[in-house]
Amino acid sequence: MTPPISELWVYLSASPLLGLTITLLAYQAAFWLYQRSGANPLANPVLIAVSMLVLFLWLTSTRYETYFAGAQFVHFLLGPATVALAIPLYQQIRRVRAMLLPVIVGLLAGSLTAILSAVLIGRLFGASPSTQLSLAPKSVTTPIAMGIAERIGGIPSLTAVLVIVTGIIGAVGARYIFDALKLRDPAIRGFAIGIASHGIGTARAFQVNEQSGAFAALAMGLNGALTALLVPLLAGWLTAG
Amino acid sequence: MISALSLLLLFQLTGEVLARYFDLPVPGPVIGMLLLFVALALRGGPGEELRTTSQTLLQHLSLLFVPAGTGIMVHLHRVADEWLALLLALLISTVVTLVVTALVMKYCQRRATEEESA
Repeated sequence: MTPPISELWVYLSASPLLGLTITLLAYQAAFWLYQRSGANPLANPVLIAVSMLVLFLWLTSTRYETYFAGAQFVHFLLGPATVALAIPLYQQIRRVRAMLLPVIVGLLAGSLTAILSAVLIGRLFGASPSTQLSLAPKSVTTPIAMGIAERIGGIPSLTAVLVIVTGIIGAVGARYIFDALKLRDPAIRGFAIGIASHGIGTARAFQVNEQSGAFAALAMGLNGALTALLVPLLAGWLTAG
Repeated sequence: MISALSLLLLFQLTGEVLARYFDLPVPGPVIGMLLLFVALALRGGPGEELRTTSQTLLQHLSLLFVPAGTGIMVHLHRVADEWLALLLALLISTVVTLVVTALVMKYCQRRATEEESA
């Protein structure tokens, strides 16, 4: 006799297998849609996959913690992937060396703008202090941003979400902004995307142009390091006022 | 592929150990990336295996953000209460950061090339 569906569901919902499988399936479906759209930035694969997963978990009343027990295997790969960014970076070393001054000045200006504007705009529109602190590292890649949020008294899991949304905004909007400003240099476009919207922007940049991707990876790495230094220094001052 | 993956994990592990031991504000994977970059510069480039493995990993970088992004469901209450402040902060800040970074770089580069030709 076959067991009833409800028993099967009890097994599946407790096993990490389900969380892992639906993450990969949702991403594949989202990536297929993204490609079918002609790589339209509006059809961002992270946005689509996350929407599908939230809907599925909500419909099946599955807790996020249960889902994450499986999805953590994908999440874990963020670490080695961050290390792997050294390779495209190395391959652009000549171009980076030739652009050293713009890179350094762009990094400083972009990093400070990203931190200060997020916190100040949040405060202006009435975000609570812990939300303001969670906003401060929003432009750097998830593992770094979560570490910073924890250090300064923000909410790491909220920061993770704000980081993802920031990444999606940058990945979706960058092309239109740069085209409006008539900025064509793929190195500058990539670098600005990497500063403003970290890995999700970098992923998008790699899909568009190899050089943009490498400069985005460089910007993301440098901004991660600089923001990790700046935010704890600025935190006391940011929450004062 | 296994040796390349081991190498990446080894650099991450070294980065994590250094970050914890010296209580550095910079996270382990970023230190690992910088160390690997230095190692590549000393060795004169990555081997074939490391290159293809990294390429595979980075090609689907977006996938790796999906589990953390799905965490939005835990914060739906806060998001519902503060959605306007959050949306405006993220939207305006991201756009301003893109514009400031790109324009500052373009300005610096133009000045540098003008000096060269002068």
